[in-house]
Amino acid sequence: MTESGSSAATAADERPGAIDAVPVRHLGRWVAVAFIALGIAMLVQFMLTNKAFNWSFVWKAMIQTPVINGLIGGTLLGTAGSMVIGVVLGVIVAVMRLSDNPVLAWTAWAYTWFFRAIPRLVLLTIMGALGVLYPAGMRIAIPFDRQIQDLLGMHGTWTFATLDANQVFTGILGGIIGLGLSEAAYMAEIARAGILSVDPGQNEAAAALGMSDGLAMRRIVLPQAMRVIVPPTGNETIAMVKDTSLLIGIPVSNELFFQLSSIGSRTYQTFPVLVAAVIWYLLICSVLMVIQSRLERYFGRGFGTRAPGPRDQAFLAKMLSFRGGGGGGGM
Amino acid sequence: MSTALVQAINVTKNFHGNEVLKGIDLDVEQREVVCLLGPSGSGKTTFLRCINQLETINGGRIWVDGELTGYEDRNGRLHRRTNKDIARQRRQIGMVFQRFNLFPHKTALENVVEAPVHVGGRSKAEANKRGLELLDRVGLSDRCDHYPAQLSGGQQQRVAIARALAMDPKLMLFDEPTSALDPELVGEVLTVMRELAQQGMTMIVVTHEMGFARDVADRVVFMDAGVVVEQGAPTDVIDNPQHERTKTFLSRIREETEEHAAALQARLDAEQI
Repeated sequence: MTESGSSAATAADERPGAIDAVPVRHLGRWVAVAFIALGIAMLVQFMLTNKAFNWSFVWKAMIQTPVINGLIGGTLLGTAGSMVIGVVLGVIVAVMRLSDNPVLAWTAWAYTWFFRAIPRLVLLTIMGALGVLYPAGMRIAIPFDRQIQDLLGMHGTWTFATLDANQVFTGILGGIIGLGLSEAAYMAEIARAGILSVDPGQNEAAAALGMSDGLAMRRIVLPQAMRVIVPPTGNETIAMVKDTSLLIGIPVSNELFFQLSSIGSRTYQTFPVLVAAVIWYLLICSVLMVIQSRLERYFGRGFGTRAPGPRDQAFLAKMLSFRGGGGGGGM
Repeated sequence: MSTALVQAINVTKNFHGNEVLKGIDLDVEQREVVCLLGPSGSGKTTFLRCINQLETINGGRIWVDGELTGYEDRNGRLHRRTNKDIARQRRQIGMVFQRFNLFPHKTALENVVEAPVHVGGRSKAEANKRGLELLDRVGLSDRCDHYPAQLSGGQQQRVAIARALAMDPKLMLFDEPTSALDPELVGEVLTVMRELAQQGMTMIVVTHEMGFARDVADRVVFMDAGVVVEQGAPTDVIDNPQHERTKTFLSRIREETEEHAAALQARLDAEQI
């Protein structure tokens, strides 16, 4: 008998056990590795030897005080503030859009239509110019107070406070309001898609337990919708980091990109400051991606059979205290 | 007003002009177990959903525990109840769905305590204690920290029953509670329901489980094409049906059941080899 004959005989005696097979050779992968490694080596060599990069200047520019101030007080504060407004207002607009009340649904549609149509740079420029509408300041008062007073022949002031419109609408506050209003239009569509993705049986189960529509939305539907809402919201947040460079439209100059480019034009080192800006944006987006993946894991709990680790809960309990009372707080 | 816990008179329901319920009359007494039988499309599930107002009826009246559902009679004129009032009426009715509809982002125990805490206003500690008791009653106290996706269909449905019981309902509605289950998991759910019936819960059950209807129901109601065809004691209706439609339906169900039983037996035999 030949060798193969004897091995077949042993296989018949013994039931097959663990598999120890020769893997398939992936020639294509090694070719790809070679090409990409070559490309990376060329790029690194180019970046290190080309004098225009001026790396020592890049590092210095990145940590200049005005740049750091612009990063914190403009880019990061602008992103955080406008995303808070965008997410909260966006969820409200989405719930309005899905409401049985036709007036609310139409208003929500009109909001999205309006703010999605306006380019952010144009919107921010308008925000900066709004002061023109309130030369005597912006009054917080009873609506139509002067008309009512005229009608009834009364005098006196029904004004609670007067704000300087230029303070409200220019500066970072105006930027946050403008970007937040714009973001809410996009977030509303994201939140609507998320809410619609939840099985209608969930709403029925909640209703059968005697929950009101609002409670069912807050406790049952929105937490499940978050699973669908979080990934595109991460996308939006990362896009917003970059859109804070449009704050110059207001104009707000305390912002990462403006500060870096003004260093560039003062020192004639225009290219190194652009590299510095790219590095900062890469760093911020990397941090945001980590936060996004943690959020996705938290809101994905109960989907799939993986038991949630204690880290998921502890991380969010610390960061945002989503759980427990006031479920709306996390939205 | 009669003593019936549920009283339905001439209930009609249309979906886009398609008449699904054509005048249903049905009384269900306290502690009574009623099984609704009938072919799919006969309106039995729709009627069940009308009782806790997941569907709005177009005509007739339904009283639960002496209170008109969905509307309020003020001086002979019906006024639509507010959503808040409807939610209050639903609280005394527990419902178990064909597809379980557990909240997937909450553990078994969290599913059970959700309504007592956030609707009933009970303290968390109190609700947890009672929730564990209820999970124990359906034989799942050791699964309280599992998410629905980590439970079998039969276990999910038992959690759903515990969840419905947590609000101390006067009436339990079951909408084909075992239809979405693998055949070998049907028994555990029916056992829980049988115990519940023995403890005196008033139950209305839409089901195709003839064995359960025969053993547990006080009365079976056979529906077809939106009307009640016949009703009576299970032995009378199931073993000695009077109407042609009932006979046809029951013989078809019997064939299916036998096929299922044969298939299940074959599967169990195969597993034992």
